[in-house]
Amino acid sequence: MLKDITLGQYFPGDSILHRLDPRMKIFLIVIYIVTIFVANNPVSFALVLASAFILVLLSRIPAKLIFGGLKAVFFIMLFTAVINIFWTSGEHLLVSFGIVKIYREGIEYAIFMVVRVISLIVGSSVLLTYTTSPIALTDGLERVLAPLKVLHIPVHEFSMMMTIALRFIPTLIEETDRIINAQKARGTDFSSGTLMQRAKALIPIMVPLFVSAFHRADELAVAMECRCYRGGEGRTRMTKLHLHARDFIVLAVLVLFLGVIISMNIWF
Amino acid sequence: MNQNLIIEAKNLCFSYKNENGNHLPVLRDLTFSIERGSFVAILGHNGSGKSTLAKLLNLILTPDSGSLMVDGIDVTGELSEDDLYRLRRKVGMVFQNPDNQLVATIVEEDIAFGPENLGISPDEIRQRVDDALAAVNMTEFAKHSPSQLSGGQKQRIAIAGIIAMLPDCIIFDESTAMLDPIGRAEVMETIERLNREKGITVLLITHYMDEALRADRVIAMNQGEIYMDDTPRRVFSRVDELQKIGLDVPQVTQLAYRLATDGGMDIPTDILHSAEAVEALVKFYEKMTVGGDGK
Repeated sequence: MLKDITLGQYFPGDSILHRLDPRMKIFLIVIYIVTIFVANNPVSFALVLASAFILVLLSRIPAKLIFGGLKAVFFIMLFTAVINIFWTSGEHLLVSFGIVKIYREGIEYAIFMVVRVISLIVGSSVLLTYTTSPIALTDGLERVLAPLKVLHIPVHEFSMMMTIALRFIPTLIEETDRIINAQKARGTDFSSGTLMQRAKALIPIMVPLFVSAFHRADELAVAMECRCYRGGEGRTRMTKLHLHARDFIVLAVLVLFLGVIISMNIWF
Repeated sequence: MNQNLIIEAKNLCFSYKNENGNHLPVLRDLTFSIERGSFVAILGHNGSGKSTLAKLLNLILTPDSGSLMVDGIDVTGELSEDDLYRLRRKVGMVFQNPDNQLVATIVEEDIAFGPENLGISPDEIRQRVDDALAAVNMTEFAKHSPSQLSGGQKQRIAIAGIIAMLPDCIIFDESTAMLDPIGRAEVMETIERLNREKGITVLLITHYMDEALRADRVIAMNQGEIYMDDTPRRVFSRVDELQKIGLDVPQVTQLAYRLATDGGMDIPTDILHSAEAVEALVKFYEKMTVGGDGK
């Protein structure tokens, strides 16, 4: 059950998106998110959605995997859609049922929001998390944010924390599965009862999970010290980052796309 | 100071403090030395102090009294951070749980973690990572995620991460305890090869007798003291004494010992391998039948 979580997991490959410089990808994702939020009419939303699909195709990651990851946020999307349908007022009243009034604008907004959420998740996961190894990602972040060290912001420490967090996601998921099975074997019932009872049934999972996580953290810290870790100072990296022509080409394409979306807004 | 010794301990003592502020002695008056390039197994029951000893050798803990020289440096005195750093590079450590030592999400990037901390050039790190992967026979897994590997493979990656720092000595702190039999065999084979081919000093802390058998020398510990310190053959022939401190001997050694003592058979008691036992029994049987013919 828990193994199905693919959101935020790296999918190794050799596509153009995989080969982009992580530093560039961080800029690209920022531009892409801006583009998604700039879009405000049906044509630009269609383009945004199409761009998300194109990214999926470029990444050569099985679409099933990516859309499977969307299941996790299905309820958030549903919730946003429902809120938008019922709470948006406009000029074209479609249904009026007591105090519930549904406008055409509401339905439009709902569709836009869902498109926005889908593109945001698909786009950012394909552009960043699926195609960038977590180490490259944090490495890129560390290098992009390096100027902040001047302001005494512990950039290296943050990126190290992120790396470790990412490293331990599968380990802790496995552990959670094991604890759930152990508690089930002892008769804990996770699937029936009121919401409150089910929430309470989670306590026997959370407690051992936290205890073991702290234990692991302690051991990991000792192991890291034994491997001569002493913070970011004097540390070198195995991977050298170079910006290639492809990085600038993709940047140009994306900036052009942003331009197109902005001009759509002016036209329509 | 003897150049051939990588570790020299004299009258080493260490105690933990409990909540009441009382000192609980864990290591009492240990004196021993480890030669460069040797393969030493440290055996002991739970609570015998063997893991504490490992932590002292790796400078995670500092001794209460006594002297401890690691690679010619007295580590009991005030140590600068650079000394500490240098020593940790010389003496690597592989822990019990492979999951809790791997830092990165890609095998080769994890192995690079140590060398990266040493601040060497990217090209040399690459070279060292490739060599270390080859040394543990994991080259084909370079781009894998550790979570896709078996316990034995993860532990080999952890070993590679230490090898990449080019240490003189590696301490294995019950590194096979959490592995299945196949994983244990893989890791033991790797450890032996590192000792033989690369000349890395190995300190193997274990409670598996069959692992200790492969060492040149066995130190058996009991309640913070060295109980025996000899070749595996001589240590394991002292079956009764070992069992008294809660240690087992290899099954075949125990069988030979029982046959010789309880069974009154005339066979050696320092048998370590089943092939030796077969040979000894055949010899005994031949002697018996020859003797029987004479009657």
